[in-house]
Amino acid sequence: MIYLDHNATTPTRPEVREAMLPYLGEEFGNPSSIYERGRLARNALDEARGRVAQLAGVHPSQVIFTGGGTEAGNLALRGVVLRAVAEGRLGRVLVGATEHSAVLEPAEDLAAFGIEVVKLPVDAAGRVTPETLENEISADTILVSVMAANNETGVLNDTSALAAIAREHGVTFHTDAVQVPGKLPLDFTAIGANLMNLSAHKLGGPKGVGALVTDNAVDLLPLVTGGGQEGGRRAGTENLPGIVGFGVAAEIAMQEQAEHAVAMRELRDELERRLASRPATSLFAADAERLPNTLFFGLEGMDGETVQMGLDRQGIAVSTGSACHSESTEPSHVLTAMGIPEALARGAIRVSFGRGNNMQDIDALLNALDSLASALPTGAMQGGGPVGW
Amino acid sequence: MHDHMVYMDYAATTPVDPRVAEAMFTYLTPSGIFANPASSHAMGRAARESVETARAEIAAVLGCAAECIVFTSGATESDNLAIKGVARGMRKRGQHIISEKTGHKAVVDACKALEKEGFEVTWLTPDEQGVISPQQVRDALREDTTLVSLLHANNETGVVQDIAAIGEVVRDHGAAFHVDAAQSTGKLPLELEALPVDLLSASGHKFYGPKGIGLLYRRKPEPGRRIRIEPLQHGGGHELGLRSGTLATHQIVGIGRALAIAAEEMEEEVPRLVALRERLTNGLLAVGDVLLNGHPESRLPTIVNVSVAGVEGESLQLALRDIALSTGSACNSASGESSFVLRALGRDDALAGSSFRFSIGRWTSEGEIDLVVERFAEEVRRLRELAPAPLTA
Repeated sequence: MIYLDHNATTPTRPEVREAMLPYLGEEFGNPSSIYERGRLARNALDEARGRVAQLAGVHPSQVIFTGGGTEAGNLALRGVVLRAVAEGRLGRVLVGATEHSAVLEPAEDLAAFGIEVVKLPVDAAGRVTPETLENEISADTILVSVMAANNETGVLNDTSALAAIAREHGVTFHTDAVQVPGKLPLDFTAIGANLMNLSAHKLGGPKGVGALVTDNAVDLLPLVTGGGQEGGRRAGTENLPGIVGFGVAAEIAMQEQAEHAVAMRELRDELERRLASRPATSLFAADAERLPNTLFFGLEGMDGETVQMGLDRQGIAVSTGSACHSESTEPSHVLTAMGIPEALARGAIRVSFGRGNNMQDIDALLNALDSLASALPTGAMQGGGPVGW
Repeated sequence: MHDHMVYMDYAATTPVDPRVAEAMFTYLTPSGIFANPASSHAMGRAARESVETARAEIAAVLGCAAECIVFTSGATESDNLAIKGVARGMRKRGQHIISEKTGHKAVVDACKALEKEGFEVTWLTPDEQGVISPQQVRDALREDTTLVSLLHANNETGVVQDIAAIGEVVRDHGAAFHVDAAQSTGKLPLELEALPVDLLSASGHKFYGPKGIGLLYRRKPEPGRRIRIEPLQHGGGHELGLRSGTLATHQIVGIGRALAIAAEEMEEEVPRLVALRERLTNGLLAVGDVLLNGHPESRLPTIVNVSVAGVEGESLQLALRDIALSTGSACNSASGESSFVLRALGRDDALAGSSFRFSIGRWTSEGEIDLVVERFAEEVRRLRELAPAPLTA
């Protein structure tokens, strides 16, 4: 099996698994218990918090552990906006049109509370430009949320410029950075954001744990209350094995980031070069600054899902976009926002490289694509519209 | 001092059963099933299948359909989803909910958060044995009541409520009935389809599964009885839209295996635990001026909560630091408050402040019980001689 879907999730790293094992065994204390075993658990929790803080470039007190990146995104959006609503402040929330559903859906839900939710249009590469934000931000804007790197295209937003605009207007700025760690350097303070969400399983850590990084100045209405854990901002007995795993994954991701980025970029660039010479193949946002591991491309006249299934049968795992939308039949909202024609968007395939991938995987992918294309009726690859096979 | 620490705090958390840990490991290796269960490729489908197998296994144990089980990050989240979700989702019908003063923090704080949103909460006080009667619930129900939320078994005293009888009362009225079963799941048999319960919370780490995973049971909608739940979080529409977020395959496999083991072994394990509990109870009470808190029979096989007259709680806790026990819920230990649960049961501050929860479990042995009783007797006598405090019992 060739796994080319690392933006959906990554295998847990062996070092991470090893670090988690004691906490699934002898070290099972509840960090809230005051006796020895509880204190050991508390120490492990603190150490992991320090590691994640370092990854994000913040003080440990700025890290709130959650049950995943989606919860962290919800805590940011609902936490800030519903606090404002509770205080009688209604207004606007601005989110990028290409956000992950963990931001887009909680944002859309806020409309039910009387909030005006504005989707910021993006340029042809899928970026929210500073000009766009300047035009849309207003006195009654409560929150701006723009992702650091897009999960489908890998395209980077200029988050520090966007955060600066938000700051000038006194507006809280949140960024979804789940795709960044391990692939590019990450510095919350340099971005100048107020809130940022992370997810462990995107960087070699376990599923079921994430974090919201905060400047500690933002007043959040918690989603989950009861027990006062995480400074009262997220209640519930801490998922200690998961958090410990997250900590170790964060540390390794940071240590290996530069080297990893080089290796990923080599693979991505090679695939890009070879795809560029294929007929009826479009590379999405190829000229934009992107994550080094991600390549999103369109096969004109082909149905992405059919291609994905065909590749899957040949032992190659790719996606047609976000895993969270894999049941949807709509074309990618990211591509739609970028103005990509529907016919092309329907033929979209995302390749996201990770540890363990090599040049042979690219050969295998291209061979498999060739064999799928040759199975098509003649003319289909020249863009003959949707093909029903 | 004894070098070996005796663990008597299974109600705070339990170790992961090695069989559960083993089942989880394969999902944490690059060669295992690590893909995102929402991915549509073969690897994703394999992960999805593992999730659904665990869900079916859990449903079989709990006596309900698989689609009634929603995975969360733990009982606290499940409680929040049930309580806030139903209250907010049913807001148009009414803004009154009923809960109990002796609830776990997760239940109490979720209700208190709703009070700030304009909901009215009636806080039931149990009788001196910790029991809430169906009549009390009936009396508290109003036309605008949309939700009743109670603990199945109290986390401090282990007192078990008659959720079948209470559920009938709630059902007759039409409100939703939520039960926090974090302490009882895996210890008491539950046949959810047969019980008049609409929602039930449970947590993996209370029954030898992993931390960070829990579940919410949600009864299938019935004609004329639609309970709307507003999710706590959105984004991806996982878990029928009730709980978005990537499913943690290894955690779900873990909770499934843990519950299956608990169910398989329940028939043998419960009588063993009851015998140990009785041995512990009798041993502690034999010291004299030690009072059992909560109903003597209607309680979990795993919890013994006593108030010790004539000693200061903190001194005794310090003296017994070779035993991992709790002076209430672990979730309250940072606040240092004397148990609000015991005060609600009518214990005065002194007795509530010198109350101890011993909770036993899968690896508790008779030898450990005897050791704990011996140490307890020794230290209580020593402290009483050292600083005789007036006996308030």
